[in-house]
Amino acid sequence: MSASKQTYTEDEYLEVNEYQPKSNTGRIANYVDTRVGGTSMVREFGRKVFPDHWTFMFGEVALYSFIITVISGAFLTFWFDPSMATTRYSGSYAPLQGLEMSMAYATSLELSFDVRGGLFMRQLHHWGALMFVLAMSVHMIRVFFTGAFRKPRELNWVVGASLLILGLGAGFTGYSLPDEVLSGNGLRIIDGMLKAIPVVGTYTSFFLFGGEFPGNEVIPRLYALHIFIIPALLLILIAVHLFMVVMHKHTQYPGPGRTERNVVGYPIGPVYAAKAGGFFFIVLGVLSLLAGTFQINALWNYGPYDPSPVQAGTQPDWYIGWFDGVLRIMPGFIGNIPLEFVLPTPWGGNAIATPVLVPMIPITLLLLGVFVWPWLETWITGDKREHHLLDRPRNAPTRTAFGVAMVVWYLVMWGAASSDLMATHFALSLNDVIYWLRAAFFLGPIIAYILTKRICLALQRKDREVALHGHEAGVIEVSADGEFHEKHKLPNEYELWTLVSYEAPAPSGPRPNAKGKITALEKLRARLNRIWFEDRVVPVSREEYLEVMSHHGHGPAALEAAESRQAITAGSSTDHR
Amino acid sequence: MAEHGNGDSTAVVKAGDGTSGGYAIDNPGLPPHRPRLADVDEKAAKRSERQVAAMFIVSIIGTLMFFVGYFAVARMDQFDDYFEGMTALRVQNTLIGVGTALAMLGIGLGIVHWAKTLMPDHEVTEARKPLRTEADRAEAEEIVTGIIEETQIKRRPLLRNTMIAAALLAPLPAVVLFRDLDRTEDFGVERMRHSLWDEGVRLVRDPTGTPIRASDLTIGSAMHVIPENLREIESHGDRLAEKAKAVVLLMRLNPDDLKEPTPGREDWGHDGIIACSKVCTHVGCPVALYERHTHHLLCPCHQSTFDASEEFKVTFGPAGRPLPQLPITVDDEGFLIARSDFTEPVGPTYWERGHTDPEGDFPA
Repeated sequence: MSASKQTYTEDEYLEVNEYQPKSNTGRIANYVDTRVGGTSMVREFGRKVFPDHWTFMFGEVALYSFIITVISGAFLTFWFDPSMATTRYSGSYAPLQGLEMSMAYATSLELSFDVRGGLFMRQLHHWGALMFVLAMSVHMIRVFFTGAFRKPRELNWVVGASLLILGLGAGFTGYSLPDEVLSGNGLRIIDGMLKAIPVVGTYTSFFLFGGEFPGNEVIPRLYALHIFIIPALLLILIAVHLFMVVMHKHTQYPGPGRTERNVVGYPIGPVYAAKAGGFFFIVLGVLSLLAGTFQINALWNYGPYDPSPVQAGTQPDWYIGWFDGVLRIMPGFIGNIPLEFVLPTPWGGNAIATPVLVPMIPITLLLLGVFVWPWLETWITGDKREHHLLDRPRNAPTRTAFGVAMVVWYLVMWGAASSDLMATHFALSLNDVIYWLRAAFFLGPIIAYILTKRICLALQRKDREVALHGHEAGVIEVSADGEFHEKHKLPNEYELWTLVSYEAPAPSGPRPNAKGKITALEKLRARLNRIWFEDRVVPVSREEYLEVMSHHGHGPAALEAAESRQAITAGSSTDHR
Repeated sequence: MAEHGNGDSTAVVKAGDGTSGGYAIDNPGLPPHRPRLADVDEKAAKRSERQVAAMFIVSIIGTLMFFVGYFAVARMDQFDDYFEGMTALRVQNTLIGVGTALAMLGIGLGIVHWAKTLMPDHEVTEARKPLRTEADRAEAEEIVTGIIEETQIKRRPLLRNTMIAAALLAPLPAVVLFRDLDRTEDFGVERMRHSLWDEGVRLVRDPTGTPIRASDLTIGSAMHVIPENLREIESHGDRLAEKAKAVVLLMRLNPDDLKEPTPGREDWGHDGIIACSKVCTHVGCPVALYERHTHHLLCPCHQSTFDASEEFKVTFGPAGRPLPQLPITVDDEGFLIARSDFTEPVGPTYWERGHTDPEGDFPA
């Protein structure tokens, strides 16, 4: 708050010149500090604590892949000419010599064949882009299943979701640039989808392509989007994303010593910085290995774009798969009845391209759902508290089950983009593959939801059992009177804490509003709330724990031992089932 | 609930530091630190040091490998034989890629190994700062209220309303500016209704441009076809745009296999030879696959399947309309020619497309 009317003494202004640095580092720090005041940054971040867990790595992978993609992309711009002007190819690749093609394709070929390391950088750029979107997706899944999007991080979740969508845009605009048959057909599909949009669709397509598909304009336009507008937005949002991570401090998994009020982890300097910095080189190394040994987008095989040829079995880049797959699942006819129809209007009717529009519904729902989820969940559960401790996925069974259902839904659409390859590789009927995928589209998420929820609850019950009765030790004892028992090894208090420190509240029921009325919306909320919480496994309570412990014949001494931070290793002597 | 056998305990606890007595035990705090080998054994520490150094040396070797790949392998244009050139490119790309990978992985794995085995691994606890304090918020609120007050916007609704009206209108020019994204002269949707095909236009092979006699096609064969007048278009881009509407698949079936044509289409083929638009009615991919014994056409993009023997009706997949058929016949010299343009717009459905055959728009 700059509004404070604080005044400073002359001494305070002069203090800046008084510090006498003792080391070289000190001298450099002093130089910077007297000019821009950087040491407060070092003080803030030098030993800032970062929780460490392998699942926190995906966001890092995404960031590093983005940086690598930007750098390799900048390299490509020095040779690539995003022009649809026609040229006759005269480069090193003999099969295409003499063919009429756009400058974009010719320079893509030049980059691949006549610039040393150009092919490597092109492949690095492509693999980096695939990894960028993949890492973002996995990162988002991690954040979802651990509940890291909850208050106060909802807005950062939205920034993250926007980053993912921008990532798709960056990928697709790049995929389209080389102007060969493969990317041309990709654009053709985009054109078809745009034209299906009611009212504005046809003109949107004209404006994108500068007239009728494919026109003379689209490559430079996509190029502007690909190298300037989308990366700029990505950079800004990444900065906002990271700024919020620092402001909120990172979440941490529940465990001994971790609370909602603290952060447990390694200080940035040196351990975390070394690991994170080293990890950048590992990501770059892995991507280089891919770029050096696995061919991607061999665009010299496709030839210049021409509306007539097409390859069978072509696949879009993986992240476009679900758009393509859902288009394949949708039938155009049911029996002999066409789903496409003409809307009667006074000027003669307008066409509704149902088979293209309906598949956009699940896509829109899924993307929209991602954006509103934090608020939707808060609304259903009524939980408006801050959360810095993550959920173990099993301890939020409904969220986990719903998330898995949505992942399965996505994967069915995604997998459908390879329906033809499934058919050819496994010698199946193409039509049968589609029929099964249609069934999986509707049934898959439901089955996934039920199964996941049961698995979560079962895992929670297992946790309870371990907390109360210990792990099976694998040792069978015979008592004097001939009874067999399996020995159990009780968990130590650190493990025990992880097993018992979660919440599983009962459904809350509808609450009347200020006027004392229960609205229809509130009834809906209460119903969702019941679905959310009704199946639950409550954590072991203190009474329960004490009772079981005494019942087992552990004296108070053993309990005291448990609470004075010593591992409980005594075996239990009775079979508990 | 009872099925889980947990009774109906409602042991709900408040969030907070987690040490409140709501759970079965109190938070036991951080587990005791377990020293690593390198912490207690100088020999182990030395070993780690050597391992890290070895990884850095691997990195140096990788960088050298890059240079070998870059400079020692000749560039593709220095080979007369293009297969040799491709092999050289493959070798170069592998050396550059694996070299860079080793250079980077050596550094990365080395540093991480260093951090994990030699740098301190004591976990540290730090308190979270509250995101804001009540006093800050009150002060901020006061400042904002003060600023709004000083603008007098609340007391002068005329200012507010005219400003909102101006602000709503002002962005419109920015939208209109984009109008010229489409620079064609025949702006509008009418151009999508027509292609280069017209009465008497010869069917020629794609891409050679040679005309086709009916006798060139045996029963069961198919051909990729373009209109002869396509080659007259100078600009590559314009030619592609016209080709995108005019590509045709020509095939010859046993006339007995063809189903009875609908009225008005009896003379659209010639002795079992029929032609259809190759642009899928779904989203526009080329319908390029023809299976001769089932007479099925398959679009490789989304697997829409059309039956050539039944006027290209959809038999499977997402397409919502049959492929438009091109009416053809033969001219005096025996070459295949078009009877007319397509009688409906080709390609994917668009909003203004309206009826397949709006009154009088297409010649019968």
